[in-house]
Amino acid sequence: MGHRTEGVNTERQSMIAQKMLTTNKRQKTENITGRTIAMICAGLLVIVVLSITYFIASKGLSTFFVDGVSFKEFLTHDKWDPEGEPSAYGVLPFILGSFFVTALAALIAAPLGIGAAIFMTEIFPGFGKKVLKPVIELLVGIPSVVYGYVGLTLLVPFIREQFDVLGFSLLAGGLVLALMILPTITSVAADAIEAVPQDLRNASLALGATRWQTIWNVVLHSALPGCLTAIVLGMSRAFGEALAVQMVIGNTTKLPGGLLDPISTLTSGITLNMGNTIQGTPYNNALWSMALLLLAMSFIFIVILRLLGRKRLAK
Amino acid sequence: MKARLMDRAATVVLTLIAVLIIGTLVGLLGFILSQGWHKLNLDFLTSAPDIVNAGGGIGPQLFNSLYLLVLTMLIALPLGIGAGIYMAEYAPDNKITQFIRMSIEVLSSLPSIVVGLFGLLVFVNMTGWGYTLFGGALALTVFNLPLLVRVTEDALRNVPRSQKEASLALGITKWRTIVSVILPAALPGILTGAILASGRVFGEAAALLFTAGMSSPNLDFTDFSMNSTTSPLNPFRPAETLAVHIWKVNSEGLTPDARDVADGAAAVLIIAVLLFNLSARWFGNWVYKKMTSGSN
Repeated sequence: MGHRTEGVNTERQSMIAQKMLTTNKRQKTENITGRTIAMICAGLLVIVVLSITYFIASKGLSTFFVDGVSFKEFLTHDKWDPEGEPSAYGVLPFILGSFFVTALAALIAAPLGIGAAIFMTEIFPGFGKKVLKPVIELLVGIPSVVYGYVGLTLLVPFIREQFDVLGFSLLAGGLVLALMILPTITSVAADAIEAVPQDLRNASLALGATRWQTIWNVVLHSALPGCLTAIVLGMSRAFGEALAVQMVIGNTTKLPGGLLDPISTLTSGITLNMGNTIQGTPYNNALWSMALLLLAMSFIFIVILRLLGRKRLAK
Repeated sequence: MKARLMDRAATVVLTLIAVLIIGTLVGLLGFILSQGWHKLNLDFLTSAPDIVNAGGGIGPQLFNSLYLLVLTMLIALPLGIGAGIYMAEYAPDNKITQFIRMSIEVLSSLPSIVVGLFGLLVFVNMTGWGYTLFGGALALTVFNLPLLVRVTEDALRNVPRSQKEASLALGITKWRTIVSVILPAALPGILTGAILASGRVFGEAAALLFTAGMSSPNLDFTDFSMNSTTSPLNPFRPAETLAVHIWKVNSEGLTPDARDVADGAAAVLIIAVLLFNLSARWFGNWVYKKMTSGSN
């Protein structure tokens, strides 16, 4: 009898062992389905980026390959007259406009942004966290058309009265953009400054340096790559911003002559003309080529940011 | 002595900068709200805009913005959370994952007008839909996906490891653990990010010019079939949102009171965005308090 129960027991044991060792089919399929769904979602990101690049490039390159505009003429000529006879497709005024307005915005916003970042991390951290940080986050949330609207109703008339010009100008665009990228620069720079090890500050202060000497020579020095990242990030925002700029910049396709001249940017040119041109015409294709330039610039900005990031890691 | 003077001067300058920034924000908000204050009444918020005469409202635009927000989030949230789960829980440390990360970076730094043009090409022309709400929602999904993925990934990574290990030790499968243990714990973080993303959707215009279009059909708010062209719920109709309307009124408004309409619309938009921002902050604090006091 004992013999028989032993046999049943071993049989049962081996059954349990087998059940525990073989995976549950339902659970296994569930695991695989879940993993696949997550993977597809992530893969979608790659597909979207590749298709954006492909579609914009295929449209943008047809200016050169279908309409026969030379690449050099497109980039370096300053005559933009797509509806004229003969038509001219030089986008240099747009390119320079974009660069000038971005540079002006960065010149204004960089010192202010980094100054604010120092203030909120080094001088009054409590006040910085409680008041300045939320204020800056609110500024990020304000939509770009609202910045454009304020620029149009406040800044443009102000410039018009002060300088006796049209008002729509490089200056107005630069100021509006500066305000828009200020929060980005401040928050990224503040993170970089906060990440500087406390030991460095203590060592400097122990040597008898004042707070400002410590900030200027030690803190800012080691947070430099981070601050540069902040500025480049702000510039890439400014370069691609469309509507706020278009509203205040004047949109004349001439080479910019001075701060108070109305100019055009790549984004404002596309915004204004894309809806009025017919798909497939050389004029329309030229606008897509401008979009391709924007895309290329945003890739260049990413490369610069990656290089800066590597420098920071190396340190 | 000189060093101490410099120190003083620097402190003063930096404080001035901070005051300048806070002053700018207060001035900005004050200006927009005071300009648009007199327009904030029920009639303005609900009536349709008038192209030639004065007295038009922003009713359809307001509705379109809200509807577009709902549509976008319905598409973007599942995708963003799915991709975030992959990045936080599954992604192996290899070249492919690096490429996905690179893609997120590229997407988040693309100018919104480029996303809009992509939408014009694919969702408007290739599909043959024309300007539609749905196309706009897809373009905004592209625009918001990187933010949502990043927020989800961070939120999932911040869930304590012990919770995950406890679940796995009970013999619960990995996917079950993610869905029923980690995701609920990460939900507050994800929701806060989603509210912030909603604020961005609400204020975005450049990507919508070429996808959802710059006009709105005469909406009939008694017709709720999904197919009729005047039905507000039909996702395959053109739709001008509030932000696009502000842009259009400012750059080519023909009505005598265009300026008035712009003032009112900007005030409404700002109030909406402030509400999104404050509610995200409030919600985050509330959850934080609830979770930290609950653990004791």
